[in-house]
Amino acid sequence: MTAVAGPSRMIGAPIKRREDPRLIQGLSHYVDDIKLVDTLHCTFLRSDYAHAEIKSIDTAAAKDLPGVVTVITGKDIEGKVGDVPCGADLPGLKVPDHPALSIGRVRFVGEPIAAVVATDSYIARDALDLIEVDYEELPTVVDPEKAIEAGSPLIYEEFGDNIGFTMPLEAGDADAAFAEADHVVSGRFVNQRLIPNAMEPRGVLAQYLPGDGSLTVWSSTQVPHGLKTNLGLIVDIPEHLVRVIAPEVGGAFGSKLNVYPEEIVVSYLAIQLCKPVKWIEKRTENFTTTIHGRDQINYVEIAVKNDGTITALRAKTIADIGASYQLLTPLIPTLTNLMIVGGYKIQNVKVELIGALTNKMATDAYRGAGRPEATYIIERIVSMAAKQLGMDPKDIRFKNFPQPEEFPLEIATGITFDSGNYQASLNKALEIVNYDEQRAQQAELRQQGKYMGIGLCTYVEICAFGPSAGVPGGGWESATVRVERTGKVTVLSGVSPHGQGQETSFAQIIGDEFGVDIDDIIIVHGDTGRQPQGIGTFGSRATAVGGTAMVVAAGQVKEKMAKIAAHLMEANPDDLVFENGQIFVGGSPDQAVEFATVAGEAHTAANLPPDTDPGLEATHFFEPSNFTFPFGAHVAVVEVDIDTGEIDIQRYVAVDDIGNIINPLLVNGQVHGGIAQGLGQALYEGAVYDENGQLLTGTFMDYAIPKATHLPRFESDHTVTPSPVNPLGVKGVGEAGTIASTPCMVNAVVDALSPLGITQIDMPMTPNRVWQAIQDAKEGGNG
Amino acid sequence: MIPGSFEYFAPTSLNEALDLLKTHGDDAKVLAGGHSLIPTMKLRLAEPAVIIDITRIGDLRGVSEPDGKLVIGALTTHYELESSALVQQKVPILSQTAAAIGDVQVRNKGTIGGSLVHADPAADWPATILALDADLKVAGPDGERVIKATDFFQELYTTALEPEEILTEIHVSIPAANTKGVYLKQYQAASGFALTGVAVLLTRSGDTCQKVAVGVNGVADVAYRATGVESELAGKTLSAENIAAAAEKAADGVDAMEDIHASPAYRANLAKVYAQRAIAQLAS
Amino acid sequence: MANQVIHTAINGQEHTHEVEPRMLLVHYIRDVVGLTGTHVGCETSLCGACTIMVDGQAVKSCTMLAVQADGAEIMTIEGLAQNGELHPIQEGFWECHGLQCGFCTPGMIIAAHQLLQRNPNPSEDEIRHGLDGNLCRCTGYQHIVDAVQYAAEKMQGSRERKEV
Repeated sequence: MTAVAGPSRMIGAPIKRREDPRLIQGLSHYVDDIKLVDTLHCTFLRSDYAHAEIKSIDTAAAKDLPGVVTVITGKDIEGKVGDVPCGADLPGLKVPDHPALSIGRVRFVGEPIAAVVATDSYIARDALDLIEVDYEELPTVVDPEKAIEAGSPLIYEEFGDNIGFTMPLEAGDADAAFAEADHVVSGRFVNQRLIPNAMEPRGVLAQYLPGDGSLTVWSSTQVPHGLKTNLGLIVDIPEHLVRVIAPEVGGAFGSKLNVYPEEIVVSYLAIQLCKPVKWIEKRTENFTTTIHGRDQINYVEIAVKNDGTITALRAKTIADIGASYQLLTPLIPTLTNLMIVGGYKIQNVKVELIGALTNKMATDAYRGAGRPEATYIIERIVSMAAKQLGMDPKDIRFKNFPQPEEFPLEIATGITFDSGNYQASLNKALEIVNYDEQRAQQAELRQQGKYMGIGLCTYVEICAFGPSAGVPGGGWESATVRVERTGKVTVLSGVSPHGQGQETSFAQIIGDEFGVDIDDIIIVHGDTGRQPQGIGTFGSRATAVGGTAMVVAAGQVKEKMAKIAAHLMEANPDDLVFENGQIFVGGSPDQAVEFATVAGEAHTAANLPPDTDPGLEATHFFEPSNFTFPFGAHVAVVEVDIDTGEIDIQRYVAVDDIGNIINPLLVNGQVHGGIAQGLGQALYEGAVYDENGQLLTGTFMDYAIPKATHLPRFESDHTVTPSPVNPLGVKGVGEAGTIASTPCMVNAVVDALSPLGITQIDMPMTPNRVWQAIQDAKEGGNG
Repeated sequence: MIPGSFEYFAPTSLNEALDLLKTHGDDAKVLAGGHSLIPTMKLRLAEPAVIIDITRIGDLRGVSEPDGKLVIGALTTHYELESSALVQQKVPILSQTAAAIGDVQVRNKGTIGGSLVHADPAADWPATILALDADLKVAGPDGERVIKATDFFQELYTTALEPEEILTEIHVSIPAANTKGVYLKQYQAASGFALTGVAVLLTRSGDTCQKVAVGVNGVADVAYRATGVESELAGKTLSAENIAAAAEKAADGVDAMEDIHASPAYRANLAKVYAQRAIAQLAS
Repeated sequence: MANQVIHTAINGQEHTHEVEPRMLLVHYIRDVVGLTGTHVGCETSLCGACTIMVDGQAVKSCTMLAVQADGAEIMTIEGLAQNGELHPIQEGFWECHGLQCGFCTPGMIIAAHQLLQRNPNPSEDEIRHGLDGNLCRCTGYQHIVDAVQYAAEKMQGSRERKEV
């Protein structure tokens, strides 16, 4: 494999983003900013009921409205387009039909029933009000624990129950370990349902050219390549005539890692009407019908020895998967199983996982996807154990960490942690926050009747998805590196960044590789017409897998350039150095040729070395040998106002070990944003459905994503333990902050209130909920 | 995201607006800052056939100070009240309340009159307007009349304003030098509205509470004066114990609301805690 | 319903169009005038992605009718840079990594612009409050705060230089 090296390295430098000039001037193009002549506008009629039989749909009045081009329902496309796909394949998984427009029955509020196409979006909206749907309401179930009880209303009668799948996991002998435990610590945790709320709602624009039979789809997606393959199959256009473009994408967080009904219907309509068709999601639609995240209930217990050694973990998880499967729905909670022991050497594990169908929107990957749940489980229960044993929460963690020399480390759930030094990151975080002093101050404030809390979270997560055996549809990534005739470098990547800044960080990597200025490099992504094969951006994989693919491809091009340069200079290719836009003989910089000259020679092709083809281009598909496992330690210091339940965050320290760092500026951004989303879950966010399956938190009026005033200043630092899995030594940073900050904040608040006997507060820890916990504790204390 | 169709009028005089309102009756909605009306129209929770945009009536905007009181035009924006030197100097609780509303963009467009007439139980103005004993001047087909703030808010989203009337001015007496006020609020994290807001005006002579006026919003379906607190503390020494005992009555006799954001007990608790903190702050 | 003719000046350029009274100002700017830098992120006037300046005041253009802007002077994100030179706030966002996906950024920058007009030297707390009407899901806001501080310092500096 090619080594990344070079004296004037851009890797590691805080280079400001090359994406930004267009974004800060309003000159970029998200889907809705792309205007094609004669575009028709599509809008969807959605179910008002969580569970109902559709007796009839009358679209006549809507069709008669001037400006309306067509109105279609599920029956109109039945048999003509394929189902909304689910890529998960678990043993015993019950897979329901999932038509893009519902037929006969609706199973959650917001499910699409009909699509209107009109000459403008205002008319399309008016037409929705003219469609008459006759529903017959059916009994609804929204509570996953009730859904899996016998006698619950059935989401799919043909299944006989609402259990979509079960997945047991057992390693060692947990029951024996519990029998020998000095202490058993148990808890019930609720990882509430979240709504991802990328700032740009989804959007699709499809154009079909009947002359060549090609379909081009602009979609706000994280996975243009997967969408291309799936859409081709679903709307029956050969894959090589489908092009999907993810233009500027305004955030995703997993919510655009999917194939959605609207992408299917809009493509179908564009083909039928032979005109461009556009649909732009409204925020209210985004709330009800873009995938949701989390939603697990976990019953957890650990067996602990007197010295704090944790010998076993048992858990039962009920994961609410909603009413239908989106692309990866059933897979997400299985990641919780895999990561449930966190960064601790717990050898005996017994876990039961039940996927429960309910009358709600499907859950799927939301930033962290299964790992935040695992981390919440283990970090809460470990902190509870420390309390029960009278240990400092840091000590129980140190007690159960593996030693740095034990890596690579196969853990009980069957995966192998690539590299780690968990002691180093925790020590660094404790040092930054001045832990001992904080504890002393806490004791002092408690004397004064003040409730200060210190929360710890030490986490390990699974990233860089990943070996193809572990990712449906493949876990490799592709890149093409081309040096143009003028020496400009074009990199085509299969990943699809949507805010991560890899037009910059990838250019840093390639700049170092070729020794050229990053302004001479362009990173092209998110377009299956330019880079036909790829997997996409999710699971903190883009740099570790996609970056590696381009490093390898660049190495191949470089080798060829060295050969040509050596031929021109009559030197040995092995002696050549690429630096500052030149290729020179190591040790004698006078013997040099311009990088651009060599590029020109490769294309002029009149003076090439023997057995050398013209051109400078290489494509590489990189298959990683393992996942990567970032880790770290976060510490939060809070004070709780016990009269109002309000939480004041005084310090937030994050030490994340994400392996080597390409661009610290971007890494900080990822860490901050991740922490903000994790704190959002801990403190503010939660999707609430009423018992009839109506989403009560369906707008920003009722669903709080953090505002600037809600968040403190974060203190972010790192330890660096390179990953041996890829030549860049990177691990991935996209999800770390989100995974760590949620349990960290809950641990801090519970720690603050522990003098009152409080051991758990469910999320989101709104002031009301904290205050109620205080009242309950006081009453319990009095009674 | 897209409102239904409507006919649009932008009168430039009050009389013109009143005529339009009389002509179109229940079909019409009056548009001021638009921050309550336009979102409900976009969600099609409201589909008025006629919009009467009164924002081009210049007379209804601005603050003046005749005869020892502030006269606030109903179309005066929250930001104008927040930033007005006159308001800051004469009745600072008005500026402080304005600054606690929504966000900058909302304060730039939203008007005090629009907010009062909408009578959202979680809006910020009612508590302060009640505590200040403001008078609300309205104009209708039969001329003008004045409604006392305490009579204005009647039920959820319902005021004493008749359908053909328009709120034109808010009159606030300038408090004496020994009267100070403060508005305390817990923000509903998503919307920025008041989960609970308490406005207190305390008139003291030395260490004694001569008079205290307490307005509360966000707790019940209509904003109210916490008269129990007021009568308990009037004439008493402003000791911590007396303040706490009085504040305990901040939700007496009130049917506190329940929704996904807070329980009735929590709202009632906040009313008490904020009443206590507000009075204590003013007493110190 | 009868359409109405409106006149506006957007980023210094005059426009006259006939619009439906119900047309939202943001749709007018994006779809009629064709300036797509202003974004739509919600229906409830909370996300702030559609923030523009109307007659010197930052407003959410999704909560205003186009007809209400008749006669108004409007500035959108496209009008902030002058003669090809970035405004200090834009520069701050770039220097401090104040954006990731960029969707909230135009509205955020306009809100920051209003903030610095009214308070040229804001504290961190004042910056956070000044941006409370703008949601960002990517950054955790810290780099946005840094960006506004950068711009404040730079604008203070250029004011001081002018005074000298």
